[in-house]
Amino acid sequence: MATAAAHRPAHADGTAHMDAAAYEAVFDAAVAADERIEPRDWMPDAYRATLVRQIAQHAHSEIIGMQPEANWITRAPSLRRKAILMAKVQDEAGHGLYLYSAAETLGTSRDELLDKLHTGRQKYSSIFNYPTLTWADVGAIGWLVDGAAITNQVPLCRCSYGPYARAMVRICKEESFHQRQGYELLMTLSHGTPEQHAMAQDAVDRWWWPSLMMFGPPDDESAHSAQSMAWKIKRHSNDELRQRFVDICVPQAESLGLTLPDPDLTWNEERGHYDFGPIDWTEFRDVLKGNGPCNEQRLTQRRRAHDDGAWVRDAAAAYAAKHNATGTADASARTAGGPSADQTDENGKA
Amino acid sequence: MTATLHTTAALALGDDALVLSHRLGEWAGHAPVLEEEVALANIALDLLGQARVLLSMVGDEDELAYLREERAFRNLQLVEQPNGDFAHTIARQLYFSTYQRLLYTHLAAADGEFAGLAAKAVKEVAYHQDHAEQWTLRLGDGTDVSHERMQRACRTLWRFTGEMFQPVEGLDIDWTGIKTAWLESVGDILRRATLDIPEGPQAGAWTAGAGRQGLHTESFGRMLAEMQHLHRSHPGASW
Ligand SMILES: [Fe+2]
Ligand SMILES: [Fe+2]
Repeated sequence: MATAAAHRPAHADGTAHMDAAAYEAVFDAAVAADERIEPRDWMPDAYRATLVRQIAQHAHSEIIGMQPEANWITRAPSLRRKAILMAKVQDEAGHGLYLYSAAETLGTSRDELLDKLHTGRQKYSSIFNYPTLTWADVGAIGWLVDGAAITNQVPLCRCSYGPYARAMVRICKEESFHQRQGYELLMTLSHGTPEQHAMAQDAVDRWWWPSLMMFGPPDDESAHSAQSMAWKIKRHSNDELRQRFVDICVPQAESLGLTLPDPDLTWNEERGHYDFGPIDWTEFRDVLKGNGPCNEQRLTQRRRAHDDGAWVRDAAAAYAAKHNATGTADASARTAGGPSADQTDENGKA
Repeated sequence: MTATLHTTAALALGDDALVLSHRLGEWAGHAPVLEEEVALANIALDLLGQARVLLSMVGDEDELAYLREERAFRNLQLVEQPNGDFAHTIARQLYFSTYQRLLYTHLAAADGEFAGLAAKAVKEVAYHQDHAEQWTLRLGDGTDVSHERMQRACRTLWRFTGEMFQPVEGLDIDWTGIKTAWLESVGDILRRATLDIPEGPQAGAWTAGAGRQGLHTESFGRMLAEMQHLHRSHPGASW
């Protein structure tokens, strides 16, 4: 933040007593000037709540998103692919860590957020409620789901809230590895045996429409969009981002030698964009409500991992208390090394 | 593939790394805390990297991993043991990483064909051992429940540890020296974790050197079935 003193009046000298309107004016000016809001800055309660909700949902999506891909780690058909996939799933855990940390800067602990996830009070991206049925789904997820995530998230690197924006810079770099690896996996299958090609086409057929739904409801039905745009948490509307994604994917699908399952996809010279067919929002709302193919399964596995791990976390806390060390998270993070784009890169090229 | 001394050793060490990496990979999405998702995956990736180098010294890494039958695998029975609870995974990791660290330290210092790999691997394995040690301390000296679970895990896996000190053809190693150092190192960690050093034998009728000769435990066949299924379903395909 360039002019910290300007929008941190209360902390700057400890004596200033401005009224709420004055704080708000300073905050608004900072946002208008494209400055970053930092954790210690004054911010409207609703801004804080919106960020917590969005960052939490994003963090939850990262960790639930590990499941459909982890489903294939033990069956990966070559050691090179196995290394890439393990590194990818590990990256997603790392993304979860960065994002829960970003939420903590807003005064909400990871435990609190996990509890909300486990009790169904907070959501994660509905895309992960679809199953990974074949190996090609790993490629389709990388290409389309990580691809859609990047389209959504690149603008968030300029989000007005500093810690979130910085987490997104790091995350987007890794997501673009994932996207390329998924694309390359599909390319190999598409040009492989007829069975492999069919597997790739089937995966794209199943993942295309749910990927388009990842951008959220159409603009005229999006509940939070306008305020988020004003706060510069969001920079583009759902429909704009969806269109951008479609425009990127169509030529990529052609290069892959695969067909996107939409007979209405056509280039519109006038608009300078691809037109595409209607999205089945009934399905979207149904999955959102909990009736997707895997909602129950994903949440059950998440709760079970958490519950089964309770005695381990208790042990770490008890040990830390006895030995005056830091808590479990700190202690294991210290030895964990951490996810790295390097590793993905290395494995990707291996 | 000709069974030279060199390939026997590369297969033994490579299969250890491959199989343990696979077991650790089974934790993905199930770990007790998010930091452990990252840590266990790190270890699994290191081991997979080692396995790929070692298997490639013998032949095509994928042919070896995906097309061999169970009886042709040369890994220790210890590394194929199912994950069990987190305590079992940590005990297995403590036993194995301590062994691997000692072994690779020797191989890195010697001048043989494994020196290059061992020099790189020994750094990775030092981290694996540290990770296992930290968790052994936390679980052993944590709560009553964790102490009990960790003690049980150490005891259950103890009888698979003797196999580690059976000579591997092609490796010029002081195996008795390694065993002494291993007992000292593991013993010290267990003591600090307030755990008893298991008293039972370090080998049973089928465990002393059995894995190295291709005799495995029942769960290993199921592990391979899962691991090899897709690759074997598409003969000749590339991935
Ligand atoms: Fe991610
Ligand atoms: Fe990703």
